[in-house]
Amino acid sequence: MKRPILDARHLAPLGAYAPNIFDVIAFVLVIAVLAAIGHSASEIKAPLTELDIAPVHLDPWLLPGYALRTTLRMFAAMGASLIFTFVVATLAAKSRKAELIIIPALDILQSVPVLGFLTFTVVFFLRLFPGSQLGAECAAIFAIFTAQAWNMAFSFYQSLRTLPTDLSEVSRLFRLSPWLRFWRVEAPFATPGLVWNAMMSMSGSWFFVVASEAISVGDTKIALPGIGAWLGLAIEQQDIAAVAMAVAAIAVVILLYDQLVFRPIVAWADKFRFEQTAAQHRPRSWLYDLLRKTRLLKRLTMPIVALAEMLNRISVLRWPLAPIKAPPGWARLTNIAWLVLTIGLTAYGAWLIFSYLSATLGLSDLLQSISLGAMTLLRVLVLIVLASLVWVPIGVWIGLRPAVSDRVQPFAQFLAAFPANVLFPFAVVTIVHFKLDPNIWLSPLMILGTQWYILFNVIAGASVFPTDLREVSTMYRLRSAQWWRKVILPGIFPYYVTGALTASGGSWNASIVAELASWGNTKVEAAGLGAYIAKATDAGDYPRVVLGIAVMAVFVVVFNQLLWRPLYRIAERRFRMS
Amino acid sequence: MSVLEPAIAAKPIVSVENVGHFYQKGGATDLLVLDGVNVTLRSNEIVSLLGRSGSGKSTLLRIIAGLMPASSGSVTISGQAVNGPASQVAMVFQSFALFPWLTVLQNVEIGLEAQGMAPGLRRKQALTAIDLIGLDGFESAYPKELSGGMRQRVGLARALVVQPEVLLMDEPFSALDVLTAETLRTDLLDLWCEGRMPIQAILLVTHNIEEAVLMSDRILVFASNPGRVIAELKVDLPQPRNRLDPAFRQIVDDIYARMTMRPAAATAPREGAFPGTGIGLILPHVSTNVLAGLIETVNGPPYDGRADLPALASVLQLEIDDLFPVAETLQLLRFAEVEGGDIRLAEAGRRFANGEVDERKHLFAQHLIAYVPLVAHIRRVLDERSSHRAPAARFRDELEDYMPEEFAEKTLRTVISWARYAETFAFDEGTGVFSLENPT
Repeated sequence: MKRPILDARHLAPLGAYAPNIFDVIAFVLVIAVLAAIGHSASEIKAPLTELDIAPVHLDPWLLPGYALRTTLRMFAAMGASLIFTFVVATLAAKSRKAELIIIPALDILQSVPVLGFLTFTVVFFLRLFPGSQLGAECAAIFAIFTAQAWNMAFSFYQSLRTLPTDLSEVSRLFRLSPWLRFWRVEAPFATPGLVWNAMMSMSGSWFFVVASEAISVGDTKIALPGIGAWLGLAIEQQDIAAVAMAVAAIAVVILLYDQLVFRPIVAWADKFRFEQTAAQHRPRSWLYDLLRKTRLLKRLTMPIVALAEMLNRISVLRWPLAPIKAPPGWARLTNIAWLVLTIGLTAYGAWLIFSYLSATLGLSDLLQSISLGAMTLLRVLVLIVLASLVWVPIGVWIGLRPAVSDRVQPFAQFLAAFPANVLFPFAVVTIVHFKLDPNIWLSPLMILGTQWYILFNVIAGASVFPTDLREVSTMYRLRSAQWWRKVILPGIFPYYVTGALTASGGSWNASIVAELASWGNTKVEAAGLGAYIAKATDAGDYPRVVLGIAVMAVFVVVFNQLLWRPLYRIAERRFRMS
Repeated sequence: MSVLEPAIAAKPIVSVENVGHFYQKGGATDLLVLDGVNVTLRSNEIVSLLGRSGSGKSTLLRIIAGLMPASSGSVTISGQAVNGPASQVAMVFQSFALFPWLTVLQNVEIGLEAQGMAPGLRRKQALTAIDLIGLDGFESAYPKELSGGMRQRVGLARALVVQPEVLLMDEPFSALDVLTAETLRTDLLDLWCEGRMPIQAILLVTHNIEEAVLMSDRILVFASNPGRVIAELKVDLPQPRNRLDPAFRQIVDDIYARMTMRPAAATAPREGAFPGTGIGLILPHVSTNVLAGLIETVNGPPYDGRADLPALASVLQLEIDDLFPVAETLQLLRFAEVEGGDIRLAEAGRRFANGEVDERKHLFAQHLIAYVPLVAHIRRVLDERSSHRAPAARFRDELEDYMPEEFAEKTLRTVISWARYAETFAFDEGTGVFSLENPT
């Protein structure tokens, strides 16, 4: 397969909307909800009823079972993310008022590490199902969900908004019911982007799996049987062999779901690509081909098709079609009501955040978190530069050689899907052993998992670099430095920006796990906002968690505004090949 | 073939009365797209709306289809006021508008599915339509596997299967190559003449004069700015019609003349071709290479300064939509006169044709400043400022008081490319700033 899975077209365009007052409103609302949750969680002090969960053992025979349970949790979260996407993204695309709040909120949630809130949600779900393991399971699934849902919803919303006018006109002209329109027109159009984002989400959520399966709430320790809990236990017991086994198990799981789930889905989703010409390289999957040959797929999906048919016909029966003109007076009334409600809620939210944080924290805490944020920012910047210096030349070299890039692509994709945090123990052992400075040597962990985005975006860019331009530079005998500066770097620039942007976003999130790592009783810590949040979470210091997350969100958003958005615009305007 | 006889003229299926439409803009005045349009469509007739792109004919079609509301006036179909897509109409799109993820059969079925028809019956009717339109064998193919002609057949089958009374066609053949378009037209006319289609009338939007004359019983000629009907012609030639028939040519020439006729009441006759006035003039994107090319062609033999536009179009293999903006830009710049279907080079045009590169640029610059108010305006601002620099955003905002955003953008692009050629002022894409400094 020549076409890279990582495709810049599916990334939400950064320059798509200009920042406005609604970003601020959404920010206040998101943080206020977190503060409210933190506030209520700290009020529940009653001891949790002891859970009857079988303890996790480091027994290799149990590992496949654990791996299966972890995978099931991830897919359950994926199901929840899909439902969330269909409901929320559709709402945002259909209602201007909902859109004004939902889209900035998604943008902020994407850049906020919700990981710190695991403890609150655990308490909530345990109360919901007292004395049962179900509560803890739900909490873990919810944590994974928060790592998956936002970019999927964003992608779906983008697709709905860019539905070609003529298709939209056809569906109105033939008076498709909203239900039919959604399943026949809108959802199919959004499928390629959604599938791609779901795969990204799946990779990203491994980070959270490890954290969500072993949770301590006050004195109660909950370990759900799964790879994450196994890994936590292995780190606690300093069992390097068990860590290695977990790493191997994760590798096997990723390979399996890639082959058995995502490849077939990608092959199937190819028909939804909105292109009027047949593609030269179609994604292939042996399983999908097999299923199609045996007609098993048809038989399996038959009941679903029948059910869908029934629902379609029910939806058609009497669904009132909206007239093309709405009475103007009504619109004005709802506009005012909505505006008043939004302003009221935002004011209340701002007050809630202030009173919650100011009760225990002072200005010095704010300044401290900001200076720590600057440290983390510095790390992210330096790492992106270093990773670019390494991977851009390598990526260009690979990308210009089709035979090599065909072989390297799947490998790079696998590396990107692999959760880098399971490798942290190895790094920690090294740092402790050689007595290295954690402020420097913990930093590379932040980019360990995300540098691959730079690599394969550069590969993708170099592999589509026009042959005639390469020939021109050969003919005029451009010198090496000139060739890099005038030819290939501008040529891959849009791809590079996409990759570096993804890598930087991932690094911020990773800082929470990377700046504070442990091995048995040994803890190594780097000064930074990530460690600040991680420590506050461990200590159950909710106000600091809220503060840390809010500050990090501001950092990420401002960083995007000041660096990535302008770069993205330049890439769009100056360096697009077409 | 003219089935229509005035005495027994059926009552109108579609009647458009005094329809006006304007686009809302930020500024004080709205851009009028349609003004006082009256159209009547009776049973058993094919009517063409003929006009240039931007004359509002597609907007009118969408208003009739119930896809957008008219700003004023009324549309009724079979006596019912249109307030949303009506069941009596179906539409064929220029872009085909097929769902790439549905097979041919599923694409054709979509309208029936929306009506809640049972799967068995739906399938049967869709297959009938597919047979009728000559698509048998392609039922399970996906649109991307088909050629353009086959795709438009799917669009046609999809429209016919819902048994509409009126078929609306929006430039249905203009995305196809010449031969394919001809085949499709012939097939459609055959089905129509033999009465094998379930429809009673066809409303065709086109910018192709020959296509309109070839297919219609009646032609409504649209003028731009604002879009309105300036002429109604009955075509009484029998079907099938022959393009080389002198009577056919006569009608085509007649329409050409009407479409190049200068609006009698226009206040600024030169600018009359383009919407807007003063710096708010909406300019078409015409390259200076094309302008120079047309001047040279008309100046050279056999035209020697005067050419018949239809003949010129066919020699240059251009559609009127491509040729008119070029000719009218020359008129705006006083390099040529366009009237009665002819283009005649002015004295300046002759000098341009015979000039060297520098002389041409000089001449072009003079005319640009004299006759394009926006260029003069930008130049004046640059001259007045001590830095001789001004951001494009400033002029864009100014333009948006007169015209919708996308037109403002297009107009500014046009002015930039002309001014660059004339070296009237420079523009830096990266910073979006106009300046007087040209790289030396």
